[in-house]
Amino acid sequence: MPTGNLSLGWFVVVSVIKVLIAVPILLGIVAYTVWLERKLVGHIQNRWGPSRVGPFGLLQPIADGLKFIFKEDLTPPYVNKPLYLLAPILSLTLALTSIAVIPVGGWITIRGARIPLQITDVNVSLLIILGITSMGVYGIALAGWSSNSKYSLLGSLRASAQMVSYEVALGLSLIGVLILSGTFSLRGIVERQLGGIWHWNIFGGGFQFVAFFIYLCAAFAETNRVPFDLPEAETELVAGYHTEYSSMKFAMFFMAEYANMVTVACLASILFLGGWQGPVFGPPVLQALLPVFWFFLRVLFFLFLYIWIRGTLPRFRYDQLMAFSWRFLLPLAIANVIITSLVVALRS
Amino acid sequence: MVPLFYYLVLSAILFGCGIAGFLMKRNIITIFMCIELMLNGVNLAFVAFAAHWQQLSGQVFVFFVMVVAAAEAAVGLAIIISVFRTRETLNVDRVNLLKL
Amino acid sequence: MLHLTLFSLFGLICVAGAINLLAQRHPINSALSLIVVMGSLAAEYMLLGAEFVAVVQVIIYAGAIMVLFVFVIMLLNAGEEERSPGSRIALLLGVPGLLVLMGTVAWVLIRQNLGLVSAGALPGTPPAIGRLLFRDFLLPFEITSVLILIAIMGAVVLARKEH
Repeated sequence: MPTGNLSLGWFVVVSVIKVLIAVPILLGIVAYTVWLERKLVGHIQNRWGPSRVGPFGLLQPIADGLKFIFKEDLTPPYVNKPLYLLAPILSLTLALTSIAVIPVGGWITIRGARIPLQITDVNVSLLIILGITSMGVYGIALAGWSSNSKYSLLGSLRASAQMVSYEVALGLSLIGVLILSGTFSLRGIVERQLGGIWHWNIFGGGFQFVAFFIYLCAAFAETNRVPFDLPEAETELVAGYHTEYSSMKFAMFFMAEYANMVTVACLASILFLGGWQGPVFGPPVLQALLPVFWFFLRVLFFLFLYIWIRGTLPRFRYDQLMAFSWRFLLPLAIANVIITSLVVALRS
Repeated sequence: MVPLFYYLVLSAILFGCGIAGFLMKRNIITIFMCIELMLNGVNLAFVAFAAHWQQLSGQVFVFFVMVVAAAEAAVGLAIIISVFRTRETLNVDRVNLLKL
Repeated sequence: MLHLTLFSLFGLICVAGAINLLAQRHPINSALSLIVVMGSLAAEYMLLGAEFVAVVQVIIYAGAIMVLFVFVIMLLNAGEEERSPGSRIALLLGVPGLLVLMGTVAWVLIRQNLGLVSAGALPGTPPAIGRLLFRDFLLPFEITSVLILIAIMGAVVLARKEH
């Protein structure tokens, strides 16, 4: 029974409380990922990054938020207004929804009720995240088309084609992990990797390092980040699909991109790096919270990787990008599936 | 506990809207979308009956219907693009002669 | 009770989306209504316990096939639909005729006494569907994969520009 040992009413109450805790934390992580990016990219480029607003520039996201709120919200007269307003809402909503199935820790026991540290656990949670990713194409496609401008349309078409192409490689790279785990449930995938660092899917648990590489490349392309950020690079197409957006709507696209990055980081740590494992000790409160800390450490590692690559690599040209997906990642992913299934079939 | 009849009526409504749009609309792409609506209505009937007779093959058949719909959408849209390139119109009433 | 409420909610969204698809003049609005219909159908499938089918509906139907439709509508950009005499006649004759047809279907169905369906009636978990797909339905599975290959080749050939 997926509600654990709670009645239906209490399950709804507990879920609402979990949502009310998770969404502000996610938005806070998104805001401070922006700060982390500006600081790290600054240091890579041998400059300070934000350092004046608060100690180490830590109040910079708050200043940015205020700036976005007070900026003039300009709606050009030639846009298709309903779709123009729908696109950023769609992007942000979908980006924030994936947190619903991501487990951040084990279980906690409050007054005899065992509550999973996950808003809801479904049998098909990994597929739900893939579904949300494939719906994310609409935010970009509608933004570009409704803006009624050449740059926006070209940028959105390129971004959508890129996202659709890399979705295939993304899905195929996950099949190796699924064959090893036997379940689509994210909690089940983590629980299969228990037992120390050698049991993680990327190391001894399944040797899925090729799938890890493919997943990272495909996820970087899905989130439109360097080196795959041609559709939104300033020097390429003015600003791509969000050229005609200003203030809060632009901020929503921005937040959606970083929320997608956080989702990718969470998924990578769950699927390949063993989720929330780590040394657990101490009183029960600490035992419940330490796995969350280890999970957060892995997510931070992936965000750092994202920012490090952004500061270091140049971007791909569009035809190089598409050729990379269809001619390199896809055959590699299929080879990974074949080899993994052969090994699993021969082993059992 | 919902009567099976409700699911079948919903499926019939979707199928009926699909037929109505197919006969009524003049834009090729909208007609195509009405075909997809009909297929969706049929899928709902499959899943409802699968739950009623407790046979999982109903859901497997939905899978096949989706795959066939995907293949048909790909080829159909390619044909629509070709038609648009030669005749510059998406109105079905104007695509009624083999001669351009 | 909860099952009936959720079924009615998503059923209403389905029907509203389907009627909006017919009522809209511009194909992009019809496409978005169809996406809404598919999303609410996925919720209906979940209510019947078909979780794998529901998620596959979102990923493939709403997330890939409809993206294709939206792309083509955006690229061809043919504009709104015109009202021709043929379409007015179809509207006047078709909608009542359709109501009569569907009413007949509903009347036949309701006389069958088909019984109740509970929430999550047939859990269509991925392992169970996988077992059916790769054992009993292996031949149709392989044939559909050949079908997809043919569709890919056909689409590439048809959409290529003539030189």
